[in-house]
Amino acid sequence: MTAALLRRDLAQFFPFTGSGAALPTVFFVAVAMLFPFAVGPDAKILARTGGGVVWIAALLAAILPLERLVARDIELGFFDQLRLRGMAEETMMAVRLAAHWLSFGPPLVLATFPAAALLRIEGESFSLLLLGLLAGTPGLAAIGLMIAALTASLRAGAALSGLLLIPLALPVLIFGAGALARQDHVSLGFVAAISLALVALAPFAAGAAIRAAREN
Amino acid sequence: MQALPPFLAAESLACRRGERLLFRRLSFRLEAGSACHVTGANGAGKTTLLRALAGLTTPFAGEVRREGALALLDERSGLEPDLPLGRALDFWFGLDGATDGDAVMRRLRLDALAEVPVRFLSTGQRKRAALARVLGQAAPVWLLDEPLAGLDIASQGLVSALVREHCAAGGIALIASHQPLDVPGMTSFAIEDFAPAETEDAEA
Repeated sequence: MTAALLRRDLAQFFPFTGSGAALPTVFFVAVAMLFPFAVGPDAKILARTGGGVVWIAALLAAILPLERLVARDIELGFFDQLRLRGMAEETMMAVRLAAHWLSFGPPLVLATFPAAALLRIEGESFSLLLLGLLAGTPGLAAIGLMIAALTASLRAGAALSGLLLIPLALPVLIFGAGALARQDHVSLGFVAAISLALVALAPFAAGAAIRAAREN
Repeated sequence: MQALPPFLAAESLACRRGERLLFRRLSFRLEAGSACHVTGANGAGKTTLLRALAGLTTPFAGEVRREGALALLDERSGLEPDLPLGRALDFWFGLDGATDGDAVMRRLRLDALAEVPVRFLSTGQRKRAALARVLGQAAPVWLLDEPLAGLDIASQGLVSALVREHCAAGGIALIASHQPLDVPGMTSFAIEDFAPAETEDAEA
C-alpha cells in the first residue's frame, strides 16, 4: 500500500509529469541568472556572494510547492480514505515527505551546475555548495511538510506557510552558507544533523496536524 | 482464518461541532445484513455522526465498536481531479485489491466516462464514481452520506439495489439521506431525537 502511495505521490509532484512541479527548479535557476545582472559581472564579488544567493534561492524554491502539498488532498478526502484502510497518518506523511524531497531536492542539486556556472562558483566552494544542498534540502522539505500540514485548514494558509518557513529554515541556511564562507566541512555536518532531526520529526508532527485538522 | 460476522455499534455516543452539542446518548447496534436510514435536518449532525462512526474523529463521549472493514462515501470523492476517471479509480481498485474494476464501472454506467478527467464530471457522475470506489473496496460495513444527492431517478434506483444486494450478502449499511431508499427491512432513526434539550447543553 505504501509503494502504491509513493508512486501516486511522485506522479503528482514530479517535475514535467506533475502539473507545474518543475517551477521551483526553474525559479531557482532564474534567481541565479538575475543576480549577476543586479550586482555586475565582477567575478570576485560573484564568487564571494554567489553561494549565499544559491542558498536563498533554494530556500525560496522550497516554499513554492507548499500550497498544494497537503491541503489539496485533505479537501479531496484522500487522507481520510487512506485512514479507513488502516494506514497511519504518520506513514502518509513520511511517504509525502519522500515524494516532496525527490521532486525538488535532486532537481535543485542538478540545477546547481548551471547556477554555479552563472555565479562563477568553482573548485572547493562548488563541492561544498553541492554537498550542502544535498544535506540541507531534506531538512527544508521536512520543514515545508510540517508547515503545509499545520496551515492546511487555514484560509490564508499558502501565504502564511512561506512566512513560517523562513525563520525555521535559518539554522540550515546559516550552517549551509557558512560552510562556503569558512570553507570547512564541519558546518556541513551540522546541516546534515539538523536535516536528519527534522526528517525524523516531520512525519509525526505533520501526521498529528492532519489528524487535528479533521476535528474542526 | 474464520472472519467474525461484521457489526457496527454505537454506545451512548455524543458529538460536538465547535462548542455545540449535536446529539447525545445515541446507541444502536447493526448486525450483519441490516440497513439503517439516518434522517435529520441540515446541520443536525448526520455527517458528524458518520465521521465519528468511521473513526475519523473522536466522539465527545461514548464509544463506537465495529467488526469488519469500513467504506465511507461522503461529499468528497477522494479521486484525483486531474486524472482520467479510469486511472483515478484504478488507484483505489489497486489499493483495495479489487479485480472486477471493469465490472464495477459498467454497473455504475461509468465505462463510457473512463477517459474523462474527474474534474469535468458532473455532480451525479462524480457521486457514481465515488460509489464505484466503495464497491471496489468490498468492505462489509458501508457508511453512505447522502448517496442519492445529485443522482437521477435511474441512478437512485441503482443505489437502492446496491444496498439491497450488499445487505443480502451479509453486509451492513448505514445511510444518511434526505431521500427515501427502497430497501425492505431497513430500520431508521432521526438524529433530532437525540439532540439535547436547550437546558441540558452543559452536561450530557
